[in-house]
Formats: sequence, C-alpha cells, structure tokens
Amino acid sequence: MEITKLTALELGKKIKAGEITVKEAVQAQLDRIKEADGAYNCYVTIMEQEALQRAEEVQKKIDAGEFADSPLAGVPAAIKDNICTKGVLTTCSSKMLGNFKPPYSAEAVEKLEAAGVVIIGKLNMDEFAMGGSTETSFYGPTRNPWNVNTVPGGSSGGSAAAVAAEEAFFALGSDTGGSIRQPASFCGITGIKPTYGMVSRYGLIAFASSLDQIGPMGRDVSDCAAVLEVIAGHDAKDSTSMDAGDYKFTEALVDDVKGMKIGIPDSYLGEGIDEEVKQSILAAAEVLREKGALVEEFHMDMTKYAIPAYYIIASAEASSNLSRYDGIKYGYRTPDFEGLQDVYKKTRSEGFGAEVKRRMMIGAFVLSSGYYDAYYKKALQVKALIKESFDRAFEKYDVILGPTAPTTALEIGANADDPLKRYLGDIYTVSANLAGLPAVSLPCGFDSRKLPIGLQLTGKLFGEKDIIRAAYSFEQTRKYESPIKEKEGK
Amino acid sequence: MIITDETIKYVSALAKLELTEEEKEKAKKDLGSIISYMEIINELDTDQVEPLSHVFPVKNVFRDDVVVNGPDRENILSNAPETKDGCFKVPKTVE
Amino acid sequence: MKTYETVIGLEVHVELATKSKIFCGCTTEFGGDPNTHCCPVCTGMPGTLPVLNKKVVEFAMAAGLATGCSITRSCKFDRKNYLYPDLPKAYQVSQLYLPICRDGGIEIETSSGKKRIGIHEIHMEEDAGKLIHDDWDDCTLVDYNRCGVPLIEIVSDPDMRSAEEVIAYLEKLKLILQYLGVSDCKMQEGSLRADINLSIREAGAPEFGTRTEMKNMNSFKAIARAIEGETKRQIEVLEDGGKVIQETRRWDDNKDTSFAMRSKEDAQDYRYFPEPDLAPIEISEEWLAEIKAREPELRDAKKARYTEEFEIPEYDADIITASKKLADIFEAAAAICHKPKEVSNWLMVETMRLLKEKVMEPEEITFAPENLARLIEMVASNAINRTVAKTVFEAVFNENADPEAYVKEKGLGIVNDESALRKAVEDIIAANPQSVEDYRGGKDKAIGFLVGQTMKAMKGKADPGMINSLLKELL
Repeated sequence: MEITKLTALELGKKIKAGEITVKEAVQAQLDRIKEADGAYNCYVTIMEQEALQRAEEVQKKIDAGEFADSPLAGVPAAIKDNICTKGVLTTCSSKMLGNFKPPYSAEAVEKLEAAGVVIIGKLNMDEFAMGGSTETSFYGPTRNPWNVNTVPGGSSGGSAAAVAAEEAFFALGSDTGGSIRQPASFCGITGIKPTYGMVSRYGLIAFASSLDQIGPMGRDVSDCAAVLEVIAGHDAKDSTSMDAGDYKFTEALVDDVKGMKIGIPDSYLGEGIDEEVKQSILAAAEVLREKGALVEEFHMDMTKYAIPAYYIIASAEASSNLSRYDGIKYGYRTPDFEGLQDVYKKTRSEGFGAEVKRRMMIGAFVLSSGYYDAYYKKALQVKALIKESFDRAFEKYDVILGPTAPTTALEIGANADDPLKRYLGDIYTVSANLAGLPAVSLPCGFDSRKLPIGLQLTGKLFGEKDIIRAAYSFEQTRKYESPIKEKEGK
Repeated sequence: MIITDETIKYVSALAKLELTEEEKEKAKKDLGSIISYMEIINELDTDQVEPLSHVFPVKNVFRDDVVVNGPDRENILSNAPETKDGCFKVPKTVE
Repeated sequence: MKTYETVIGLEVHVELATKSKIFCGCTTEFGGDPNTHCCPVCTGMPGTLPVLNKKVVEFAMAAGLATGCSITRSCKFDRKNYLYPDLPKAYQVSQLYLPICRDGGIEIETSSGKKRIGIHEIHMEEDAGKLIHDDWDDCTLVDYNRCGVPLIEIVSDPDMRSAEEVIAYLEKLKLILQYLGVSDCKMQEGSLRADINLSIREAGAPEFGTRTEMKNMNSFKAIARAIEGETKRQIEVLEDGGKVIQETRRWDDNKDTSFAMRSKEDAQDYRYFPEPDLAPIEISEEWLAEIKAREPELRDAKKARYTEEFEIPEYDADIITASKKLADIFEAAAAICHKPKEVSNWLMVETMRLLKEKVMEPEEITFAPENLARLIEMVASNAINRTVAKTVFEAVFNENADPEAYVKEKGLGIVNDESALRKAVEDIIAANPQSVEDYRGGKDKAIGFLVGQTMKAMKGKADPGMINSLLKELL
C-alpha cells in the first residue's frame, strides 16, 4: 500500500483503525515531498520537525479515544502561504514577507488543528495571490504535475500541484477570483470556493477583502466536503463571517441528482473557450442529465462585464490592503535609505514583484480623485447587476454549470507580456466572487495533450450542499486519475 | 483612457513605488490596455443601480466593550526590522 | 483700513470613554509603556480583522442626539488611505459617505447674546498612534497604544466669528460630552482636540475667503491666541496685496504665531472607499429610542433643578454645573448629608479657593463626596467648629482624608467638658479686666473679644456658643 496515494478520508480511517500510525503518515508525506518537490516546487516551507512532533501528540490523543468524530485526525495537510500559521513563516510568496512569522494562526488553521490534522508545510502561490499561474511567486514557479512545462494555475498553484503530485493529502487554498478553482482545474483535482462568509478570513492575509475566501482542495469531492465541514463556521473575529446554521456538508455526498435543476449560461460556452474544453463540459452536462437532472442552457448576458468589475474592485482593495507593507512593522526593509519616504519607496519597490505593483497602481488609479465614480463606483454598480443576474438564474436553477477556465493549463511563460490576456482567463470564475456564491471545480476530462479539464458548478448563497451533491454524483461516473502514475511510472 | 506619464507618476506616488524608466513605460502600456478594457462597463446603464459594496446580508456585527487583551509587546514587535525602547523605530518624521 | 470678519469652523476630535478600543479588545487606558496596549489587530498585522465595539456606535448616537443631529439609520465605515508611521494599516477606518450623525447644532451664549452653531456632521473613526521624536538618536519611535482608540469627529459649520464664540462652543460641547459620559474631554491627554478652519473676509462680503487649517491645539487659551494670531496674519497678507493660501498651519503657542507645515511630498488623495471588513450598521427605531431614553440630565436641566429642588442660588448652580465633576460631587454629597446648601457653600467657597490656589481644574479633584458630606455632618452636630472644619477640608481636598479619622488623629474635636471650659473662661476674665469692664459698661462688642481669646486658649476646639453663654453667666 502506498500511503500517499490514499485520499484524506481513506487515510483518516486507516489511522483510526490502527493500520497506519500518524507518524507513518507524516513520514511518508515528508518522504514524498523530498522526492518530488524538486520537480514541482510546491512548498515554500516544510515543517518537518513540527509535523513529526505534532504527529506524536495527535497519535496519543487518538489512542486515548479523542477525535472520535473527526475523520481527518492524524491526516497531514498543507496550507497556502497566505494563511497565517503561528510562529511559522507565512510569506505570501513575496520577498516582502520573506521573514514574517505571525504570532497567531488563521481561524481555519486552528480549526484544522483542533480536528487533529497535522500541518506539514506552507504552499507556493502567486505573490499575494495575484495571478493565475503561480509564476509570480518570489520563490520560483510551481510546475504542473501533469506536464512540468505547464503552469499549475493560480494563485493556489502550490496547493493544487501538491495535492495532484501526492505531496499533500489535501490543502487549503484561497480564492479571490478563481484562485482555488482554476488551479484545481489545471491540476485535475477538486477545489471548493465557499460562500463568502462561510469560512473565517481571520488570518488570511488580505488581497481583496470583499472577495477572498479560504477553501479546501483535495483529490475528490468527499475530501473537500469533509475539510469544509471542519473549517466552516461563524467566527466572532471576522465581521463578515456568517452563521450558516448547517455545516454538515458530508451529508450531501449523495449520488443522486434526480430532479435537480441545472442551468448552463450561454455566455459560458461562447467566444474564447477552447473547443476541447467546451466539448468536455457539454459531455459532463449530458452525464448529469442522464442521471436525472434537468439540464438546460439559459441566457445570461452579464458575463463579460465581470472581468472589468472584478479587476477594478480587487485591485482597489488590494492597493489599500497592501499599503501596510512599508518596512516598519514587519517584513522586508530596504537596507539603504535616507529618510522616511525613501524607506517606503525603496522597501516597496524592492519588496514587491511586477504583478503586485501593477495591481496596486490600477487600484490607486480607480480610487483616485476624479476617477472614483467612473471606475470604482461603476464597478460596484456592475457588481450589483451581476448579483441580480445570478439571483434571477437561481430562481430557476439549483446549480449553474460551466467550465472553470476557458483553457487547460498554459505553458509556463505564456502571455508573460500581456497581463490583460492573462486576466481574461478568469472570465468564468470571478462572478462567483463578486456575487459571493459557492462554486466547485472538479475534473471532468482531458484535452488531447492529456491536460485536465475542470467542470465548475456554482450554487446559490449557502448552496454548498447542492454543488457538493451534484459534484459527487458526477464524480461517481469517472475514476480519479493521478498524474503520478502517468509521469513517474508508479 | 490614455495613460500618460503624469498618470503613472501620480499613481506610483500614491502606491509609494519608485519605478525605473523601463517599468514606467511598461506600466503606461499595461495600465493603458487594462483600463481601456475596463471601460466596457460603460456600456451598461447603471444610473438607477445602487452600488453594492457588501454582498453578504449581514448588518450590525458588534463586540461588547470589554477589555480582553493584555500586554503582548514581544509579539507585536517580534517581526519589526528595527526597534528601540519598546517602540518601532523609523527615520525622523519631522525636520 | 477695511473691516474684516473672521469666519471659523471647527473639527473637534473626541476620544470616547469606552473601556476597549474601537475594533479590538485592547484597553483604552491613557499612558502605559509603549506598545503594551496593543494586539495584532490594532497594529495592523497581516490577516487580522476589525470587529466594531458596539459602545462606540451608541456613544456617537448619544452625542448626535444631544446636539440635535439626525441619526443616519443606515451607515457604514470607509477607509481613508494614507501612509504614515502612526497609522499601521496605512488607512484609517472612518466615515466619509454616510456619517452617523448629520445636521445638528448647539446654542452658545457670549457677551453678545445667544447664537446657534451648526454641526455639519459627527462621524466615528479610529485614533492613530503616537510618534516620539528621539533627538538623541535622530530617529522617530512609534507607540501604538493610542492606535485604535475610538474617536468621534464633530465638524461644525463655519458659523463662528470670534475666539469668544469658539471657546463658548467648545465649552458647551465639552460639557455635553462629559455629561453624556461619552468622553472625559481631557485636553492635556489629547482626548479633546480641535482643528481650526479660519478665513477672513471683508465685513458684509457674501463669499468666504480662503481658509487655513490649524492643528495641534492643546488648550482653550492656545486656541484663543491662535485665532487672534491667525486672523491678524491673514489680514496682513491681504492688506499687503497678497493671497491667503489654503494650507495646514501649525500654531506655535510659545512664538505666538503659526507656521506653514511643510506640505507632504505627495498629493493628498485619500482614495476613500467603503470598508469591506466591517458590516454595515442599521439603527432601528427601538435602538434609537433606547439610546434616547438613556440620555442623562444635561447641564441646563440640572441647573434648573438645582435652583428649584435644592434652592441654591442660580449663580451657584451655574458654577457647579459648569463642571460635570462638581455637579457629581454636589449631588452625591447632598444625597448623603441632605444639606445641599452647605455642600454648595463648600464647593463655591473653599473648593474654588483651593482650585485657584493650586491652579487645578475641577476635573482634577480627587476627594470622595462622602468625605465632604461627613465633614458637613460633623459641623452640624457640633463635633467640630467651622474654623477647624476649614483645616479638615484642606485635608479632605488634598489627600481625600476621612474627616472623622483626621479630627481624631489631630485632636481637633470640640471640648465639651464644661469644667475645663469654665476654667478657661475664668482665666480669660481674670486676665482681661479692661474688656470685662467695657462689657459691664455696656459695650456689647467686648464679649466678642473675650470669646476670641477663650477660643484661642482652647486652640479653636471649643463651641463658641458655649463660651458665649459661660461668659454671660460669669460676668
């Protein structure tokens, strides 16, 4: 039995049954990381000592009968490097926070730990979560385990690649405009962006506060549902956290979509989509129809406005959120300076990468005096219209189906000189963030280059159970494929 | 929207960034194309639309007026590049 | 020379008297070692989030209601973005678009009569940290203890025309806020700070002139001097054919003049936008009614009640209610000893004398009202006489002494032993034959001298009534 090939829930069960010790699981995972991470560069920080020590503590508790209701107890997992872990480097894959050790953990991390999960390391990402390829990381790009010449997607590219490459049983990612779903799609795994407010943002280093959500990334829908069940919940430390009441997401792991109403927006299959992706999505829709769901196309015309609205709002908030990195309280400080303004400018110019600087300038522009109404305020109005269009759609449908991304994984370096083209790749994912909706991406096929295609299912506010049920039902029709067997001959 | 040298100078000053000549040119080009693209939202008539800043339906999230934190200076200063006398140290702010 | 009119509007920042900060559970207590009243939230550490202190909203509402404002029923916070070391998040959470209170005003009274000063708005925001300039090391040190202390900013309309009006407005505002318990308004601790927007125009001109803003006003006296100084400066600029520049100036009270503050390197563009980390606030009818119902008796009502219910002179009531502290002492002491007129007298005479002598504000009084009440009771029961009482009061005032314990310790109680007193009176009669003769000769006044002499011999510890009757008996 190869431990690292197990799903998180399978491993959890074996640990409970005494077939595998927590230490064995952690050691197996560490060994796998050592073996593979040179090729994929998923990790920024590996917490070897901490994880081994914690494995013993968790084992003791399990042996003492604790964690009885916790299916993930003893399972090693890794965390995107923009989610704070107490006393452990949390860099946002930026030079700016290259030495930052937060004196607190994110609420989601604390909840995982309380459930007996063993945190094993911190995962690479686009710098400050800005990007869709993990190429903007200060610590070098992560590579897609399906093809190391392609990107794993982003910004949670390290999380997606680690799960796919069996360097993590599951991971936490964050999703501001598709940063969980698109890398999940590119790496052939499952990722859920929860309803805004479902998971506490406390300890998630802010990119765009009104859009950011932490979510699970795993090898299948069941793992993601189980992880979400642990990390979701109201948190008094986050004013935008909500009390959803029902957090029993694993109850929705039911292979039954009979009578479920699924809509496909016509604009999700139009201009710009890769033909192979389109066919795969339509085939997936057909599978759900055959299983008894009512699937139909419907007209939705706001799609193309989501990208500009998203980039205006996200960049504006980012420009404000990232102003605090000034070389005074934490993080990088320029070695040579004369006076305060010089500290600010040099620290920030040296500490941030090109994409982050670009977004901060866009953000400063759209908020600046004279342009606020034309850009920022207008974007908030468009956001309202987008939300309305989803409200209307959800009067008719339980779930909205479409592709996660218009293409499969791009070559490393593709569109490096054309940021706008890169931004357009987020066309199907950003709407869920603007409207606060939950959405899942799960693998539904491959293109002719054997790169995974992701199916996106979007639910209504707090409709996690709907999308989990639909995703689980679809998943039952196809076996999980790992890139590792293919590429490393195992 | 044509992004001028002046605009780049202004927004980089707001963002407290010092750009090289090359970066300025690149920023001018990129911001020009991105911001022009954003202007497709002007196709939409939003006169009657209330700007939506908070998408979540929650209001009045409060905490009670209770002191729960004790001194925590060590942690507060633990990541600072430079400190003195229990304070963050910065270059002189007045002449 | 033309006649000019000064036009003044104020932005008053008031630190609220909450126990904890606006967005985290750190103490708001003044002082403390640097950065010991701080946590990851108020120092803006990455990933931390604010949660609003309910009391802040209630205090802001109370301030708005007491100043005749309308309360914005749906309001929210905005971010004001600027980078400076005293602001760790690089933005101040404030309110621009929907301030919690709008369109109010208060009535002031000056030598030229009554006048209403409009209040444009009151909004909630967080205070910044403190910068300590270290000349020795040629650097600046940053202390975030004050960072996140809740503030309301009260923005007046440009309705004031003189320093006298400004002071009257500030005094009135201060009293309202103190009576509400919303702030202690201690200028010396920075819990009340005023920025002065001042312009001048030719008398009768319809348009406003260009205004300057003066910050860093730390006393009413400095404010008055700054207004006069800046008015004079602006007139001189105009008389010399120049133009007033819209700028921020720093008043230097020692040099008695204002200086232009070096304009910051970059343009001020605060890029306000709605704060995404905080939920909007919705104020219901019930909540508003609850805050209204909680409103304590304010000064004018108190003053009226003092003259009516306690029958103290209007002048006294005015002085006592001019300080929340004095009014509190008055009511607490009167409730214990049931002698409001006596309490009022002690406050009006001895307390005022000592305050003046020690150059103190009434707010700095530290004695407990119980001790004043007990002192009054001791006088009433003849346990001490009035002369001794004054000495005892000084101890009460200075060290909050317990009057009974103090009198006992110092042996100041009245001697009620009649034989001892009779002996003393006999000695005085024997020693002052001239006065005795005068008295017997019909000079009634002479007995006063003999009472005084006896009192002196008794070291003040005798009841003058008793001396008087003994003297009359023996003569």
